Amino acid sequence: MSPQRNADAPHGLTRREVLKGAAAMGGLALCLRESGRIVLASQAPVYGVAAEPGGAVDNPLVFVAIHPDDTVTITVHRPEMGQGIRTSLALVVADELEASWPRVRVAQAPADQARYGNEDTDGSRSMRHFFEPMRRVGAAARMMLESAAAARWGVPVGEVTAEHQEVRHHGSDRRLSYGELAAQAARESVPRREQVRLKSPAQFRYIGQRNTRLADGADIVCGRAAYGIDTRLEGMLYAVVARPAVLGGKVAHFDAEAALAVPGVVKVVEIPSYPPPPQAYPLGGVAVLARNTWAAIKGREALKIRWDEGPNRRFDSRQFGEVLERAVRNPGKAVRNDGDAMAALRGAGRRIEAEYYLPFLAHASMEPPAATARIVDGRCEVWAPVQDPQGTRDLVTGLLGMKEADVTVHVTLLGGAFGRKSLGDFAGEAALLSKAMGGAPVRVTWTREDDIRHDYYQAAALEHLEAVLGADGMPLAWLHRSASPTEDATFTAGAEGEDSSEYGMGMINIPFRIPNIRLEVPGVPAYARIGWFRSVYNIAHGFAIQSFLDELAHAAGRDPREYQLALIGPARRIDPRTLSDQWNYGESPTLYPLDTGRLRAVIERATHEAGWGRSVPKGRGLGLAATYSFMSYAAAVIEVEVGAGGKIAIPRVDIAFDCGPQVNPDRVRAQLEGACIMGLTVAKHGEITFGDGRVLQSNFDDFPVMRISEAPRDIRLHLQPATFEVPLGGVGEPGMPPIAPALCNAIFAATGRRIRRLPIGQQLKTS
Amino acid sequence: MPLTLRINERSVPVEAAADTPLLWVLRDELGLTGTKFGCGIGLCGACVVHVAGQPVRTCVTPVAAAEGKPITTIEGVAHDRIGRVVQSAWLALGVPQCGYCQAGQIMSVVALLRNTPQPTDADIDAAMAGNICRCGTYARIRAAIHQAARQLREEP
Ligand code: FES
Ligand code: FES
Repeated sequence: MSPQRNADAPHGLTRREVLKGAAAMGGLALCLRESGRIVLASQAPVYGVAAEPGGAVDNPLVFVAIHPDDTVTITVHRPEMGQGIRTSLALVVADELEASWPRVRVAQAPADQARYGNEDTDGSRSMRHFFEPMRRVGAAARMMLESAAAARWGVPVGEVTAEHQEVRHHGSDRRLSYGELAAQAARESVPRREQVRLKSPAQFRYIGQRNTRLADGADIVCGRAAYGIDTRLEGMLYAVVARPAVLGGKVAHFDAEAALAVPGVVKVVEIPSYPPPPQAYPLGGVAVLARNTWAAIKGREALKIRWDEGPNRRFDSRQFGEVLERAVRNPGKAVRNDGDAMAALRGAGRRIEAEYYLPFLAHASMEPPAATARIVDGRCEVWAPVQDPQGTRDLVTGLLGMKEADVTVHVTLLGGAFGRKSLGDFAGEAALLSKAMGGAPVRVTWTREDDIRHDYYQAAALEHLEAVLGADGMPLAWLHRSASPTEDATFTAGAEGEDSSEYGMGMINIPFRIPNIRLEVPGVPAYARIGWFRSVYNIAHGFAIQSFLDELAHAAGRDPREYQLALIGPARRIDPRTLSDQWNYGESPTLYPLDTGRLRAVIERATHEAGWGRSVPKGRGLGLAATYSFMSYAAAVIEVEVGAGGKIAIPRVDIAFDCGPQVNPDRVRAQLEGACIMGLTVAKHGEITFGDGRVLQSNFDDFPVMRISEAPRDIRLHLQPATFEVPLGGVGEPGMPPIAPALCNAIFAATGRRIRRLPIGQQLKTS
Repeated sequence: MPLTLRINERSVPVEAAADTPLLWVLRDELGLTGTKFGCGIGLCGACVVHVAGQPVRTCVTPVAAAEGKPITTIEGVAHDRIGRVVQSAWLALGVPQCGYCQAGQIMSVVALLRNTPQPTDADIDAAMAGNICRCGTYARIRAAIHQAARQLREEP
């Protein structure tokens, strides 16, 4: 059977649910089909891209078009949200194709996983899953060009070589450009997968090199780059929507008279609310459609709406904090149990206990959600900045009651996403409104207030840790309870407790040499839409575990670096299943073991480069944290200066990073720089709270994000070298988790104050 | 009401209520979508253009306030040498990630370099703190500003 999205599944079925579904299929194996699609066939577990809906496609005819003018169009099927994937995947194809990068144009695939393979861009998977398929795409196309040239010249194909946008005949030095060969090459048969000859890494022209021109750079600096919010169609109406402030609320009654009196307002339309769970459905509410965005905004202000707020109207962050506390202070079911931690915690030794809190977080991508739809002759077209194009297509198909073939989703650039745009509720709104307007083109724009108040939030978490230290100061027992609403609740009403992919993010797979370990994930309800925020549950787990290690080291009177290295122990490759980690980010446990040697190495590198142990002026301190996530290893050393009134300055950050080989090292660096800033925002500022069921924040004044004036000026990145024998790790997310704990550990070193609740906010303000 | 705006060295007639923010006139009426919406209340800088040479936040600037004054948007910033130098520094250092904030960043930088050709880091903080980049490109923005300033100094 094929790993296609199940037509009966709820719209917007998530990657992680699909993974669970794949596991439930009872063990399946890979076989390769002629058409270039990898499909599931028999009886063994399936990992990596083969377990993703749509799998991988490596047919060059799908991705490469060579034109008579000697330009090359490479189609990229993964959405671009700032990670640079349109550049990086295209340069992989171009390299194997021997195309000249300046002649390459990049096209964006529409939503069509049957044709392009998996398009759902999350989990830091794009390069990890598509490096090899895209190499084969380029190499196969190169071989087709060589066959075409050999046929043209009537010489054996072994006598010709494609190089730098032309094919050359060795014997005669005749040459043909790619453009001259284009038509003929397209008629050549596609080489079978096992016949495709890849380059050796030594022959790479672009892969692994720096300074590759960004595919969209010139458009961005000229203001030509088109995001979801920029779509303009003839006769388009501009919509903004008044949504229920409380999740699950509905319109009880509305009066549109004043709104319709606003000049430019054309129509007011109610959007139905869907029964829970929220999934990717629009939230419902009342839409104002107008001739321009401003009129729509003014019209919305003039609406009079009475809401039926429903069962979540009392949700309050303070009370929820108590729910979390109760959850972590009572014993629960273990998801990992080595030895007998509970007995050991009652035994001899010094007992340390701490709790760490991460609040709800909003993504606040600079482009708020926005999408455009129109329906012509029974066919719907959507333009949307979505991370999961096929999920959006399925959603719109279901909402409109159409056939999939009649729904096209064009993927625009995403003005940031960070997980928010994995779910296309806003595109669903555009489709419903276009339908309500008889198919007229409608663009829905979310204001910043809409974005902050109606996000799919990163779940708040309370992490409870206990340890007992032996005579040498090393832990004899470790208890960790993590209480956080599960993202599953967005798809399954009433779901509670982190699932295996959630505690799988940096909690279960601690590689520490501790004889007694007990890990629990008590259930707590979700009253808000829970989603994924860059590195997801790794944020809370990494903050708690890496802070607690620092606390243990200080309690033991030992250096935190030396303490963590001792706890990790010698270099070894650990099968994640032996750590009770059955998930392993969906990757094979043999291909991707947890390599403590690599973890040690990033800690050693970051601390060495940062001058760990150097003396710093009073008020300054260095903090260390190291995490393994998305198959990559990251360690950060942050130097902090805490000044008068608790003001935090960050003179320097050192990050060592091992993602295996770097396909586009400059974009790896860019992602680490970005993750550092975003991680610092989480540490210092980010907090979403609820009162009377409502989100209490609304814009960048009450949900501040880091600005240039407080950003560290000196971020030093240390990329670990690796050959292409090493399987690729993720890049977009794994830079996040070590940042907040490294900062808080530095603050402790500088001041003796331990931060256990994020954000730091005003906590350092001395009284 | 009918108004005439002078945008990127052209005169363009528009029809808009006097209090409509310039942002929406540029984006919705004139199709100049390079200028971005980020917050709508003057907090993020995504919507910065130049009006009479000064950087302004168009989300909180009524269109009537810009009437008759020369307006430069990101689409016209290359008319000016500083603009071109800044754009090329941005490309050379690979500043953009998602790119959404970058039009506003570039408009703020061009204004900074016009007034302060050799900005210090403190000048950069002061001039650029109003421009949010959620992707976190600040280190490269700073480096690109210094590079552009150097180039403007060396090749006047
Ligand atoms: S949109 Fe104008 S400052 Fe944010
Ligand atoms: S580059 Fe994405 S917000 Fe700045």
